[in-house]
Amino acid sequence: MARLSGLQREVLKLYRNCIRTIKTKPIDTQDHWRQFIREEFKKNQHISKKQFNVIEHLIRVGHRRFEQYSSTQIKDIH
Amino acid sequence: MFRSILRQSRAFNGTTTRNLATATTTSVTPRIKTFKIYRWNPDTPEVEPKMQSYDIDLNHCGPMVLDAILKIKNEQDSTLTFRRSCREGICGSCAMNIGGRNTLACLCRIETDTAKETKIYPLPHMFVVRDLVPDLTHFYKQYKSIQPYLQTENHPADGRENLQSIEDRAKLDGLYECILCACCSTSCPSYWWNQQEYLGPAVLMQAYRWLIDSRDQASRVRKEMLQNSMSLYRCHTIMNCARTCPKGLNPGKAIAEIKKQLAFD
Repeated sequence: MARLSGLQREVLKLYRNCIRTIKTKPIDTQDHWRQFIREEFKKNQHISKKQFNVIEHLIRVGHRRFEQYSSTQIKDIH
Repeated sequence: MFRSILRQSRAFNGTTTRNLATATTTSVTPRIKTFKIYRWNPDTPEVEPKMQSYDIDLNHCGPMVLDAILKIKNEQDSTLTFRRSCREGICGSCAMNIGGRNTLACLCRIETDTAKETKIYPLPHMFVVRDLVPDLTHFYKQYKSIQPYLQTENHPADGRENLQSIEDRAKLDGLYECILCACCSTSCPSYWWNQQEYLGPAVLMQAYRWLIDSRDQASRVRKEMLQNSMSLYRCHTIMNCARTCPKGLNPGKAIAEIKKQLAFD
């Protein structure tokens, strides 16, 4: 596999962070979370890797949403 | 002759278009003014931001820029997004960059020269949430970090207000009026380049406001928080803050006063 650019690594980092945080959620909702995260990332998969501005913006949004959802008060997602 | 015909036609549909006495004397030639407004939609992030033009007849529009953009939103394009609330310069919601200057849309008059177009952008160097709405999360976080509340050990014996002499209260004039619209912070080049560490004029002015409050007893801690190279000393007295402040305050002076106080520590 070709070496990843900084931006690509950033996206990957965010994705892995999200996936890891699933473990902090109640066991019976973990499948929902996994599905949700994968869908959210898939939604923007078509964006060309040359559109730096867009990707940077999406990473910022991603971090903000990650912070929001990782709160322990939020238990489930649909 | 023309005017008399005009008046007749007015009188004819007088029941439907009843105007103020002053309105009848104004000319009815339309004064079309073009507004160019920054548009960007987060739902389609791959589409580049663009400037969209809107034509407004100033004869049928209030005097302020906020009136114009409200008119655009009501009549032309309901997808135009911006913050607004009080429409009289006390809430600070409608801060935006109008004609190259950060100001409140509700306090900024529309330039009546219809030959020129007015350009409206969101506050510069802030992340945009949508159209004219900037992301102020970090700005508010910084405001929170200076602990903008009264910190005191001894409470008044009668359990009521913390009293203050009239002279002590007068020191807060020119500071407490700040509505945190972020116009000054986003006009400051130092804040543009060091947004993460430098607190910016708006927040520093509030820091000073609590520093000189006669009732507050945490000034030592407050000063220690500012005693580093980034939080305060990134101010290079560029003074864009005082120039742009829609409330006519002077954050630059407040920052200079903090520097003076810290110099003696």
